[in-house]
Amino acid sequence: MMPRLTARVSVGALAVYAVLLIASVVVAVPLFYLVVSSFKSEADFLDSVFLPKGDGLFGVGWERLTTEQFRELFSPPIGIGRAMLNSIFLASVTSVLGTLICASAGYALAVYRFRGRAAAEWIVIAALVIPPPLLIAPSYRWLYQLGLLDSYWGVILPAVAPVFGVYLFKQATVQSLPRSILEAARLDGANELSLFLSIGLPMLRPMVGAFLIITFLAMWNNFIGPQIVLQSASKQPLSVVIYLTQTSYYADYGLLMAGTLVSVLPVMVLFLLLQREFITGLTAGAVKGE
Amino acid sequence: MSVRRASVGLAPWCFVAPFAVLFVLFTLIPLVQSVPLSLSHTFGPSASLPVGLEKFASALDDPRFWVALRNTFLFAAGSVFIQLPVSLALALLLNRRRLVGRGVFRLLFFSPQLVGLVFAGVLASVIFQKQRGLVNMALAAFVEPWHDLVAGGRLEAWIPSPTEMLALPWLETLALPALILTALWMYAGFNMIYFLAALQNVSRDQLESAMLDGAGPIRRFWHVTLPAIQPVAVFVVLLSIIGSFQLFELPYVMLPEGVGLQDRGLTIVTYLFKSGFEAGDLGYAAAIGWMLAIILAGFAIAQRLVSREGALR
Repeated sequence: MMPRLTARVSVGALAVYAVLLIASVVVAVPLFYLVVSSFKSEADFLDSVFLPKGDGLFGVGWERLTTEQFRELFSPPIGIGRAMLNSIFLASVTSVLGTLICASAGYALAVYRFRGRAAAEWIVIAALVIPPPLLIAPSYRWLYQLGLLDSYWGVILPAVAPVFGVYLFKQATVQSLPRSILEAARLDGANELSLFLSIGLPMLRPMVGAFLIITFLAMWNNFIGPQIVLQSASKQPLSVVIYLTQTSYYADYGLLMAGTLVSVLPVMVLFLLLQREFITGLTAGAVKGE
Repeated sequence: MSVRRASVGLAPWCFVAPFAVLFVLFTLIPLVQSVPLSLSHTFGPSASLPVGLEKFASALDDPRFWVALRNTFLFAAGSVFIQLPVSLALALLLNRRRLVGRGVFRLLFFSPQLVGLVFAGVLASVIFQKQRGLVNMALAAFVEPWHDLVAGGRLEAWIPSPTEMLALPWLETLALPALILTALWMYAGFNMIYFLAALQNVSRDQLESAMLDGAGPIRRFWHVTLPAIQPVAVFVVLLSIIGSFQLFELPYVMLPEGVGLQDRGLTIVTYLFKSGFEAGDLGYAAAIGWMLAIILAGFAIAQRLVSREGALR
């Protein structure tokens, strides 16, 4: 009886691993293709699917791989380094400001009873359902009237007060911050700002970490905002520059793939490094949110 | 109560103020302005002329609007009926006890979600090309032995040749399937995370007693697992529909002219964007935005009704 059972279990397990491996290959192949294509010359791009054929190890022409595309990317006229700095600047400023603004508002909604609180909460919930595309056209005209077109602030300011952030931080505060701790510190004479900075934020640390990453990623990958607001090439981030590169250098695939790799790699690495922070924050919110 | 209120002073308002100011400036004001804007004819951002409901009327008369609506519906259907079952299947596989490498699989399946839509669109535009594209070359390699096998025989007409496979126009006439496949690659692993979380609510005891009662895997899934994950599943379906209806960057970057051949890949938001920023008619863009909002509100109400019915039962 026992051997038969184990045999059946392992056949089932093998099938599961087989399906998972196939799915892994399907997921990984486009990413592998992106990396390999970035290091191939135009001729090799047309000549081989993945690695160029040759006499090297595994029948691959390793010596034919080239970093020429990257050199071209980082030198004029493309000069993608500038776009990268713009992306880093926009994403960092947005994530830090957005996290502080949402954390302080969410914290206040959870901790204090004050006039207007109920209205503020109702507005936050109601605003969660506004579909962002509805605001594209009126925002553009409004930014024009405010004189914020073609400025970094025209991209940053509309992105640093997302209502779902306030909602997340309010929930996290309710669940992880005992009011009694605040009361005790208050009796010791601490003022409200120092309560938030020295007790509130540290207790909310997992959510702060997760939200920093979420907002950073969202701005790094944001296209519509910079595309309609930033007209000067010197201000445009990677998302816009890669799109423009695609339309103007359409035939040079190696260059296009290298540019895409350069745009995707930093956030992938960042995510891998901060993965635990990210997952802890999200699961903490989800489990306690039940 | 009054003592504490006195002690915290203006602090609560100070904490909420930055958010409140930015929310009013960059969400509330554009939202309110979208109403008069949708009732105007505009010439760029500076000049406008009130025209009443004309923009809404012309959208309903506009064949391109209907094409965009149809394509977006089909894409959403692809997300719900193809992508979500894949997500659920992956979650069920990863949910097995004593699975080696669960964390690695989960991370790998999730990772395409980190690739921004613009960058995924650029990658897809290369992978889905005719002749040199990875997808067509793989399909050609797949059919080649079968085609050779039946060459000259009666079955030849039924099995496509490698040449035909290399010529598949994914970015042109097959724009919708290409978009659905790209979105599948990007989001299947993301939705899998929701299903994985939901599967933790499935009772092992119930599964085991169903097994002892002789229920096979399909019946166990249907009668034990599915009811337990139903609330999350309904929520994921709604999120998936809402997300699908906002599809823009992917087709805009991936397809020729952002729409594919004969508007085969034109979506509602692409049309909104093109109307506002290429044709310069911000009023029309705002009207399309309102129609999108109304459609999404319809789905949200339907979801409410479905989950209430589920709760009553």
